[in-house]
Formats: sequence, structure tokens, C-alpha cells
Amino acid sequence: MRLERRETASRTALVLAPLAAIGVTLLVCALLVAWAGAPVGRTYLLLLEGGFGSRFALTETLTRATPLILTGLAVAVAFRARLFNIGAEGQFYAGALAAVAVGGLHQGTGFGLPDSLLYGLMVLAAMGAGALLLIVPAWLKTRLAVDEVVTTLLLNFVALLFVSAMLDGPMKDPTALGWPQSVAIKPELEFGRLLERSRLHSGFLWAIGAALVLQWINRATALGFEMSAVGSNPRAASFLGMRVSAVMLKTAVISGALAGLAGAAEVAGRTGYVTLDMSPGYGYTGIVIAMLAGLSPLRVVVAAIFVAGILVGADSMSRVVGVPNYIADVIVAVSLLTMLVASLLVQYRLRPSRPTGT
Amino acid sequence: MMPDLLDTLGTATFWVAVLRIATPLILGTMGVLLCERAGVLNLGIEGIMVAGAFSGWFVVFVGNDLWVGVAAAALVGAAFGLLHGWLTVTLALSQHVSGLGITLFATSLSYYSYRVLFPKVSSPPTITPFGEMHGWLDSVPVVGPVLAALTPLTLLALAVAPVLAWLLNRTPAGLALRAVGENPAAAESAGISVGAVRIAAIAAGSALMGVAGAFLTTAAFNAFFFNMVNGRGWVCVALVVFGSWRPGKALLGALLFGFFDALQLRLAQSAGDVLPYQFWLMLPFVLSILALIAVSRKAAYPQALMKPWRKGER
Repeated sequence: MRLERRETASRTALVLAPLAAIGVTLLVCALLVAWAGAPVGRTYLLLLEGGFGSRFALTETLTRATPLILTGLAVAVAFRARLFNIGAEGQFYAGALAAVAVGGLHQGTGFGLPDSLLYGLMVLAAMGAGALLLIVPAWLKTRLAVDEVVTTLLLNFVALLFVSAMLDGPMKDPTALGWPQSVAIKPELEFGRLLERSRLHSGFLWAIGAALVLQWINRATALGFEMSAVGSNPRAASFLGMRVSAVMLKTAVISGALAGLAGAAEVAGRTGYVTLDMSPGYGYTGIVIAMLAGLSPLRVVVAAIFVAGILVGADSMSRVVGVPNYIADVIVAVSLLTMLVASLLVQYRLRPSRPTGT
Repeated sequence: MMPDLLDTLGTATFWVAVLRIATPLILGTMGVLLCERAGVLNLGIEGIMVAGAFSGWFVVFVGNDLWVGVAAAALVGAAFGLLHGWLTVTLALSQHVSGLGITLFATSLSYYSYRVLFPKVSSPPTITPFGEMHGWLDSVPVVGPVLAALTPLTLLALAVAPVLAWLLNRTPAGLALRAVGENPAAAESAGISVGAVRIAAIAAGSALMGVAGAFLTTAAFNAFFFNMVNGRGWVCVALVVFGSWRPGKALLGALLFGFFDALQLRLAQSAGDVLPYQFWLMLPFVLSILALIAVSRKAAYPQALMKPWRKGER
């Protein structure tokens, strides 16, 4: 088979392609659900209900979407400049740890600072820690051409082990009865609830705000233009007088800070402290979300809510019909692959290859 | 502490540990190398190792021979490789994203299958894994006692590297593979089908990754655990860069890595109170990053790595 570029991408194809991708995903996963011995239609219905079907489901989904929007944005902004940040998972933990270091490591004294100042410092520290963890691989990429994909991946493991060491050592909660858990942040620093009787917190607003700011940066600022120029053609960008390394490092700061903010939002909005299992792969899921969204900040919000709904829905569906909730991860992974193929087939058509020499 | 350390290095058990740790890394590294020499990055390795670990173990668990399990893991690996090949070669999609997608897909599918097949087990079901070889190997001088205490899969891994080097450098198939990885346009005009060679290389490399995973469940341990691959796949991707895409150097890198990891385990035992154990566990990942930095100046990437090939398109 070979690819042939379409003269014009038809409007119908643009609309139908994502729908076809979702259709194929549901079909593949239907086979897996049937294999588990559950009724397929009911399972999907329960999944949808569990994710979006009630006030409780919706607020839970938006709560789960909060860190996913932020890690999704972190990946989207980096990939747009062709900085392949696969380390949002580690940056998330760096942010969470920094949030507790500022918000909780003062034996209740708050370092003698007013709460509002401490709140700001906590968020800034989290963003700084996330950024720092990405600046190193970005600098190695620009300076020594060390592939950032591998270094950011490896740093995820370093970061998680560092968190584990901190939870055993200086940041350990002595009252946690042996569970690896950090001290909690000062209650006054916790993000406020957005709605009564729900866990939805103001971190969601931070996430939406971040998406809007990023959209504005992309559309209306010189930096946004530079990032996309560096991403699409670094040589041309440097001929235009852009300093490619500087743009790359700025991108790294923004991307790492967003992932760090996700960690702070989980700590201040949901748990109050750091545990080793507080992220079920938010950093990696962020990559899927960024790709599903075509790297557009506003569409990241939509994709994150979609993915969060599936994750939340799968948990409640699993309790009813007994299909393992790992089906959610399968749905997310398959939808990434089908969406990739669909977006390609909008621009190209597949033709059976002719024998060579004709 | 120094005399202790020297004692440790002199024991056969230490070198057995080195080779045991290195085995999945050697197999995985050779798999990545095969894909990359043909011009395709395969970040699916982490997930393919999980799928190999699960399928290899499961096939043995239902009553088949251990080698049937290994073959099944290779087949499952090759199947995911074909999918990656179709996405990145035929459809010319982003190799980064497709590879990560394969990792997420293979991992989640393995975990899902495990939970469907074993819904209510509290402790993982076990198999009888590959045993130590012993027999005539014990009588070989110097290396005998070390080799005899290993499983056949380690010998297989040690053999794969020279075979791969010979295939790449001394056979027409190897020449074709290197050609499509360095200069696909020239390869095409020499009558080589770039797509077919690339897809075959990815499938073969992914089969090795599957076997690397199976080593964990059929030789290193006797059961399948979640998170058991734990970043080994990514380490392999780093080792290929460290080994400048040459099987011999990459083998050396994997062995060096096994050496430091085994040393780290011993040091954590004897000097665990100096540093928390997590810092010892970090060492392999930090070393991989340092290795990448060390070779960065002279990294000789295959020229067409990560460049999709669309016939007749510039």
C-alpha cells in the first residue's frame, strides 16, 4: 500500500474521521468486553452514565479532568515546538512535592507568612519545580543534542524514587501509620470547593485559565509564533533570526510549570498531601490528550474531560458488571491510535501499490 | 568497605547477578537496535515487554513448555511490531507518538487480559521457571560456574548480539536493512523495497523485545506482576544510543549496566544506612542519562532515523 495526497481535504471527511475513529475504538473494545463475559451495550451505557450521567458523575469527571487538562497542556505546548516532553509524570510529582514543601513543612507556623502569600509561593514553587525538571533535559537537547525523549522518560523514574525517599525521610507524615505519605499542607492553603457536595475545586479554574492563556500565547504573542516556527522548521526559524535554543528553553519552562501546577492542584485540591500512587499516569495520559486535541489548548480541555469521563465511568461500571477497569486505559490507547490514523486519512488516501517499474 | 567490595567482585554469584540483570536489557537493546538501524524509532518497547512478559508466562501457565511460552512472547511482540510498522512505515505517522501509543495499548491490554483471566487472585499464580543449566557447563574453567548458574535465555541473549552483528554487517539482508536506515532513496533505486525491509526489521526487533519481557516471567521470576517491566524498556532505548547503534558496543553497554545495577544492590545492602535505598535504585536511571550525555558529541545516528519514507515525495 502507498499513500497519495488528497487534492483537497473534504469537509465531510473532516467531520467523519474522528467519528469513525471513535466507532472503531468502541468496536475493538466491545470484543474485549464480550470476552470478559459482560453485555456490551449495558457496559457502555454504564460507562457513559458513570462518567457523565449524574451531577455526582459530572463533578467527579471534572475533578479528574483537572490534572489531565494541565498535563495535556504541558505536552501540547512542548510538542508544538517539537520538544518531546514525555516527562510530565515526573514533573507532576516534582510539583506536588514542592507544594507540600512550601505548604506543609513548617510545623504549622507557615514560616510566619500570611496565608495568601504562602498560597502564592506554594503554587509558584510547584510550577518552578516542574519547570526545573524539564529545563535540564531541554538544555541537554539544545546544548549537546541529547535526545529529550529518553532523558525525560528516565527522569520520571528518578523523580518517583526521589518522592519515595522524601516520604520515607524528611517529609514523612509521622501519624500515617506506616503508609508512605507526606505531611499535609496547611488547611488554609487548600483550594476552595466550587460546588456544594462535590470534590470539584478551584484547581479546575486554574486549568481552564491555563488553557485560555496558552491559547492567547499561541495566537497573539511573538513567543507563540516562535514556538510554532521552531516546531515546524528549526532551520528556517534560525534563518529568520530566532534563537532556537532560547525558544526551546522558554517552551520547557512553560511546559514543566504546567505539569508542576497539575501536581499542586492535586495536592491542594484533592488529597492535601503526597502519596506515591497519587497519579495513575496523569503525565502519560496527558500525551494522549494532547494528541487527541491536535495540540490545540482549547481542544485539550475537551479531550481531557472526555478521557476523564471514561476513567471515572469505568470505575463505577466495573463495580456493577465486573469488567476490569483497565478497559478505560485500553479505550484511551486505542482511541489515540485510531485518531492518528483518521487524521492522516483526511489528508491522504491509501492506494494499493503498483508493481515497481510501471 | 573496599575489601568487602573486592570480595564481592570475586564471587561467582555477583557475576551471575550481573548477567541476570543484563539479559532482558540485552534482548531489548538488540530489538531497539534492529528497528533503529532500519530507520524507525520504536518506543513501543516498554509495552511490548509487558505483553511479552504476560503472554510468555500465560502460555506456560496453561500447560505448555517454557520454550513455547518464549515463542509465544516473540509472536506477540512481532504482532505489535507489525502494528507499529503499519502505522509508522505504511502510514508514515509520527514514530514518537505511535510508539507511545503502542506502549499504552500493549500495557493496558496485558493488564486487562490478566484481570479478565484471573479476576480474584490475591497472590499471583506461579509457574516452574527456567532452571539453572549446570551439567557439563560446571566443568568449564573460569566462566563455567557463572554460566552454569544461569538460565538458557541468558545464553540466548549473549548469542543474539554477535549473530545480529554478523547479519547486519556480513549478509545481503543486513546491507538492505542498513541501506533503508541510512539512505532510503538510494536503497529504493537499488531495487530494495524500503517499506517491506523496514516493517520486517520492526517485527523482528519487536519479537526480541517480547522475549526480553518473557525472560522476566519465565526465568527471573515465576509470575506476572503489574509494573514489573518498570522502565527497563526505556533504558534499552538509551543503551542503543550509548552503543552507537552497534550490537557489540550495545552488548557491552547492557553488561556494564548490569554490572552497576548488581553493584548498586550489593552496596545498598552493605551501606544502606549511608543513603536511603531509593537513591541506589535511582542509580541505573541516572547512569543511563549520564551515558547519553557522555556519547552525545559523537552520536552517529542512522541518517534516516525518524524520517518517514514516502515514495516519490521529497
